Amino acid sequence: MATPTPLQAFSGVPKAPAAEKQSIVDGEKMTGAQALVRSLEDLGVKDVFGIPGGAILPVYNAINEHTKFRFVLTRHEQAAGHAAEGYAVATGKVGVCIVTSGPGATNVVTAIADANMDSIPMVVITGQVGVGAIGTDAFQEADIVGITYPVAKHSYLVTNAQDVPRVLAEAYYIAGSGRPGPVVVDLTKTAQNGQMYYSWPQRMILPGYNPTTKAHGHVLSDAAKLFSQSYRPVLYVGGGAVRANAGKQVKELADLTGAPIVTTLPARGIVPDSDPKVLGMLGMHGGIAATGAVQRSDLLVAIGARFSDRVTGRLDSFAPAARVIHIDIDPAEIGKNRQPDVPIVGDVAEVLNDLIPEIKRQQAIHSKPNLKPWWAQIDEWREKYPTTYDEPQDAPVDGSLSPQWVVEQLSKQADPETIWVAGVGQHQMWASQLIDFEHPHSWISSGGLGTMGFGLPAAIGAKVGSQREFNGRKPVWLIDGDGSFQMTSEELATALLDHTPIKIAIINNSVYGMVRQWQTLFFNHHYSATSLADGENRDDIVDVPDFVKLAEAYDCVGMRAFTKDEAVEAIKKANEINDRPVLIDFRVWKDAMVWPMVPAGASNDEVAYRPGVRPLLSPAAQAKAAASNTGESVAAADAA
Amino acid sequence: MANYPASQPGSERHTLSVLVENRPGVLARVAGLFARRAFNINSLSVSPTERPDISRITVTADVEAVPLEQIIKQLNKLLHVLKIVDLDPSNTVERELVLIKVSANESNRSDVLEIVRLFRVRVVDVNPESLTIEATGAEGKIDALLGLLEHYGIIELVRSGSVAMTRGPKALSEKVIGSEITGR
Repeated sequence: MATPTPLQAFSGVPKAPAAEKQSIVDGEKMTGAQALVRSLEDLGVKDVFGIPGGAILPVYNAINEHTKFRFVLTRHEQAAGHAAEGYAVATGKVGVCIVTSGPGATNVVTAIADANMDSIPMVVITGQVGVGAIGTDAFQEADIVGITYPVAKHSYLVTNAQDVPRVLAEAYYIAGSGRPGPVVVDLTKTAQNGQMYYSWPQRMILPGYNPTTKAHGHVLSDAAKLFSQSYRPVLYVGGGAVRANAGKQVKELADLTGAPIVTTLPARGIVPDSDPKVLGMLGMHGGIAATGAVQRSDLLVAIGARFSDRVTGRLDSFAPAARVIHIDIDPAEIGKNRQPDVPIVGDVAEVLNDLIPEIKRQQAIHSKPNLKPWWAQIDEWREKYPTTYDEPQDAPVDGSLSPQWVVEQLSKQADPETIWVAGVGQHQMWASQLIDFEHPHSWISSGGLGTMGFGLPAAIGAKVGSQREFNGRKPVWLIDGDGSFQMTSEELATALLDHTPIKIAIINNSVYGMVRQWQTLFFNHHYSATSLADGENRDDIVDVPDFVKLAEAYDCVGMRAFTKDEAVEAIKKANEINDRPVLIDFRVWKDAMVWPMVPAGASNDEVAYRPGVRPLLSPAAQAKAAASNTGESVAAADAA
Repeated sequence: MANYPASQPGSERHTLSVLVENRPGVLARVAGLFARRAFNINSLSVSPTERPDISRITVTADVEAVPLEQIIKQLNKLLHVLKIVDLDPSNTVERELVLIKVSANESNRSDVLEIVRLFRVRVVDVNPESLTIEATGAEGKIDALLGLLEHYGIIELVRSGSVAMTRGPKALSEKVIGSEITGR
């Protein structure tokens, strides 16, 4: 038996012998910091976001005019992270940001958690104090590896310069492969300043990382069999399909089987909205047809989706009659919230590529099931309960703009290639409901974590991506709320100085609109701490901030719209300006609400098209709901 | 599915063997995952193995089947975790080491020693007022011993946590590829 080795599992930092001989002497001699920049170049990284600071200075010293990637300086580390996310979603590449130790690292935690929830590939490089100072509460020391255990896909603490290129190669690969996610590389000053011998390519050593990409066993034929036996199939498509670039396959599957497509928030645009099979988004603020189709389905095909509570409502009454095929690259998602009948682990695009011929084979033997009655039901929902805002209660009563109308106008006037970015809140839901999405990777929004303030930095990242990959041809429109925008508004400086001419629509209702909506419906109209006073439309109240002046302070173009004519004109002007960021402050009605809505924790069958209108309930229950035609009926369901 | 909390009264006992890379911070990742997923563990022991690149974590927990499956899948997502086995009790040797300091004087020392003999455990320290007993065995035996000794007054008790191994000639680490890297 081999002699037991010292157990390292407990210690935070490896205790390397002080006088360790440099065993590798091949390659070019340089510092760890130079090796980091070289590794990023050799990985093909073209754009990096970040902010310098004490513990990462050697790396920034290695960035100069010869560096092959563009560096975008943000004004807050959280924004550097979100910009890398926006870049990653827009381009499909791994986003990279470099920040300093301590507060720089803790500031980027929100972005890491956001990327983890939405499976966005990202490498976050943080500075760290020298190895000798770790654990001494040194200046700007924070155990960022420890802090990010629960919210990162993986993390590294680099203590030796020689490890830098290998760790970077591994981190980049881990971030972008399997289920994508954020990887933290915590680079000690010791590793940055140490001498090493650089060579490329690097051999990766990842014995515990083997993502499954191809389906195994008889699951494909099982799945194909279910298709041939089902008369009410639905494809429930999630963000995983976007990450896998599986839009073409999803459309092919829908065309082949005749099944409708419903999507989650991040998967909007995976198949163009002009396709009649696309029913839109399901769930808490999903359309009646989409939510109804899933609730009544007999076959639910989850494609890169994870049965989030915002999608399912109360789990035990979610799609109660459906058999489930669950396709996901992450085995841990299978059976986490809903036990599937056919579990398929693998890359969504590859699995669908293999599944489609199998279904064709089955269809050749058995005939295609008749889906006409199913589509008749769906079309009835679509006709009776369209995603519109023309019900009496949707019209503004104070003469202000209708927020839904603004969003729809933005979509109508925009270039079809536009990349849409949103913050978090009511405006985000309206954007996802009302914008006409015709391309995948054209919708960037914080889904799982719901990070307010995500919008502006993500839009900057998306614009950098558009400039890199599409020659700047794709314009970027940010639809943001007045509350959400203020959380990262300092990034207007980045947008101007780094030449990312984005277009910003602030849907300004002067309140935290989504919170206010819940206060109206579930908290007895008690508007606790939701007033922002930044767009009250009253002479006796000064708007703080004045968004037009704010834009002008950053040398951006600022416009304001109170009326429909002003709005149309402002949007037209904004679409024509391409040399600097443009901001439009749309003054909208604060009591506008996002409908349809399923109260949190209620069954999706309870979905309210408008207060008191519950199309998915039995006729008797519908009558009862109509009788108590108030918001409180929604609240009662929430309490139940 | 009402999965959480994962550990509920009446849940079945499971013993997991987790092979991990012998690297800094691995235990923190594993323990953090248990805490995050509301997984109450009875014992956890971690030690080096026959291979310098692999450490072995043995976890015992009372847990329902469905959350257990989820925890195993989540553990598998940790890059430093190489292999996880939910050990089958009928095909497993499980042992735990305990040190028990029992209050005993001349009047009842011989009674305690009789129990020690019956259970085939050992006395490792004697004092006019106490006896320190070292016992190894499966959990059931240890619990039975403690049940009898309780009567005399247990002054101090420490248990190592279970370690377990499957019967037969095979090793869990067979075919497991470790890592030659010892740093992070």
